[in-house]
Amino acid sequence: MTAGHGGSPIQLLSPDGVRHPHERYDRFLADVDGRVEGADSAALLVSIYEDMVVARRIDAEGTALQRQGQLGLWPPFVGQEAAQIGSAHAIGPDDFIFPSYREIGVAYARGAELPDLVRQWRGNAHSGWDPFAMNMGPSQVVIGAQTLHAVGYAMGVLFDGAETAVVTYFGDGATSQGDVNESMVFAASFQAPVVFFCQNNQWAISEPVGVQAHVPIARRAPGFGISSVRVDGNDVLACLAATREALERARSGNGPSFIEAVTYRMGPHTTADDPTRYRDANELEDWKEKDPIARFEAYLASIGVVDDAVRARAAEKADSVAEAVREATIHMPDPEPESLFEHVYAGPQPVLERQRDHFERYRRGIEGGIGAGAATTAEGGR
Amino acid sequence: MSEMTLAKALNAGLRQSMERDSKVVLMGEDIGKLGGVFRITDGLQKDFGAHRVIDTPLAESGIMGTAIGMAYRGYRPVVEIQFDGFVYPAFDQIVSQVAKLHFRSLGRIKVPLTIRIPFGGGIGSPEHHSESPEAYFVHTAGLRVVAVSNPQDAYSMIQQAIACDDPVVFFEPKRRYHDRGEVDETVGLEGPGGLAMDAARVLTEGTDVTLVGYGPLAKTCLDAATAASDEGISVEAIDLRSLSPIDFGTIEASVRKTGRLVIAHEASQTAGLGAEIAASITERCFYFLEHAPVRVTGFDVPYPHSKLEFYHLPDLDRILDGVDRAMGRPNSLSGIEDGE
Ligand SMILES: Cc1ncc(C[n+]2csc(CCOP(=O)(O)OP(=O)(O)O)c2C)c(N)n1
Repeated sequence: MTAGHGGSPIQLLSPDGVRHPHERYDRFLADVDGRVEGADSAALLVSIYEDMVVARRIDAEGTALQRQGQLGLWPPFVGQEAAQIGSAHAIGPDDFIFPSYREIGVAYARGAELPDLVRQWRGNAHSGWDPFAMNMGPSQVVIGAQTLHAVGYAMGVLFDGAETAVVTYFGDGATSQGDVNESMVFAASFQAPVVFFCQNNQWAISEPVGVQAHVPIARRAPGFGISSVRVDGNDVLACLAATREALERARSGNGPSFIEAVTYRMGPHTTADDPTRYRDANELEDWKEKDPIARFEAYLASIGVVDDAVRARAAEKADSVAEAVREATIHMPDPEPESLFEHVYAGPQPVLERQRDHFERYRRGIEGGIGAGAATTAEGGR
Repeated sequence: MSEMTLAKALNAGLRQSMERDSKVVLMGEDIGKLGGVFRITDGLQKDFGAHRVIDTPLAESGIMGTAIGMAYRGYRPVVEIQFDGFVYPAFDQIVSQVAKLHFRSLGRIKVPLTIRIPFGGGIGSPEHHSESPEAYFVHTAGLRVVAVSNPQDAYSMIQQAIACDDPVVFFEPKRRYHDRGEVDETVGLEGPGGLAMDAARVLTEGTDVTLVGYGPLAKTCLDAATAASDEGISVEAIDLRSLSPIDFGTIEASVRKTGRLVIAHEASQTAGLGAEIAASITERCFYFLEHAPVRVTGFDVPYPHSKLEFYHLPDLDRILDGVDRAMGRPNSLSGIEDGE
């Protein structure tokens, strides 16, 4: 078994922001540690810091917009910024990502257009960004299903002889699904260049991770023949380093890896959830002390990379991004009713054409007032 | 009698069943402390313990397969699928295992399993949270499939389903969870008016058109009957209740009287329940029909995002338009074809 795979997670930054050297991982942080000539380590660190600050602000805005009725639902990821932004900064532009629904921070760091972050949560579409423009699949609601897609994509990469790698994100609950276990079987058998990135945020809605796994989740992968590591998911440098290591393994033909990022979901599961029914308030307080942003900021301040000016710039950027998200949400036009029938198939399909035609007639009829059909709708929230 | 919501009636019915039979166990995701995402199992773990109200791992195939094993062992598992769209990971266990065990074992193995599925749309949810997958299960022999529409039926039919020695897929209309109604708690297994869960119910009598619906649309159909009567059309609305087996006797008797049939459901049209009912009733009542049966259904599209779902769902207006078509009155398709 690899070190860090069962016991306490690998940590490069302690909760008070002190950087500890690490035999295995320092190699992957040479650029951010200022050990690569020509690399602007301060700029790199600041961009990671800014992304974390902005991501948290987007999350807060998403929650607020939901509360104000502008979004139907929102899945907060507050607390998981290090896992998301750290891993995202390791992934190359040609690599492909298969996320769950909570990777809004990853999508932001990947360069998603801001309206695309909220489009599906507003109910305007089932997805936002163009997957091939971003090299990132649409968010996945069916728990764990995307991990199989990731492995299939990685098998394609392998057969093409390409250098691309694939990363798939999922939660601790997902590891119970058949799909996730089957994806590990395929990945190991074909030595697919894929990284399984599990954000163990301790909860699958109301169920603590203990319902899903009797031993640390990272220990499961070796049984499939996949090397795994358990990292502190609130330590952005550990997440960055572990993802870089796994991607290097994938790209050098050494097959899949599994990363368990041990973190915490500080908010509710979604805006429809009430964590007070199942979660002890003290637990939240304990985890607040391990806050990923505060920790990284303390480290950056200690090495003189972050000062008040940098903080102010990050906050300003966060505000303007949040403002843009809000504007985009509020002004997002509703989709046209007839668009219901679009994209069901790649081309026209006679039965559907007929239904569409009848639908158009019906809508015109309702407006014009035909027969009893013009009766007022008694229900529904049109 | 007491007034309660459909959700509360289910909770009370589950409680009754658990008290009646110590082998009744509930299994599912988040059904313990949280009481399920719709709170249908609220308080039951507290009262019956964690071995009778089991928070399972997040694995639908696992839940269904282990429930089968518990049934082998003499338990009566009641499985909660969190949302309609998440039953598919368990689909193989349901259609290949649950449905076939009795037949396969020459009747030696009973699978008294109840599979509760909140179904249907209209609550503004994201993808996979608003589906109507009933036809997949109705198509599978060996399963009984029911859909409740009101608190009294919810209270009684959940108890009947749990007491049934066949596996029952039990659909709950999530958009009606908060609808209130009178529930007579002395009426449990025998059903209100002695109505078994596999019988349809005539909601309101009429002479011009038979209108069949179930689950979330039963209420809409009743509203449509009321609205149509203002227009001088007498609608006989029927709540199907049991989707498999279908109580064709009740529909047939009605259509022999009215000569016209409209079927409404949220599920897509093609190969949906409406097709089965239209075909069967045509076979049974061809010479009594004044018009081809009319279907008012969701379109043949994936369940749409919430900004469009109310165009997809049959509402009062669309059902009334279907009634007009069956009556040969002016309707949205007038002039292009006679019915559909
Ligand atoms: C197949 C399936 N079953 C159930 C659900 C309902 N559901 C949505 S999120 C969730 C919990 C997921 O927990 P986890 O995998 O740990 O991810 P997290 O939400 O913590 O990021 C559940 C049960 C679903 N979306 N898909």
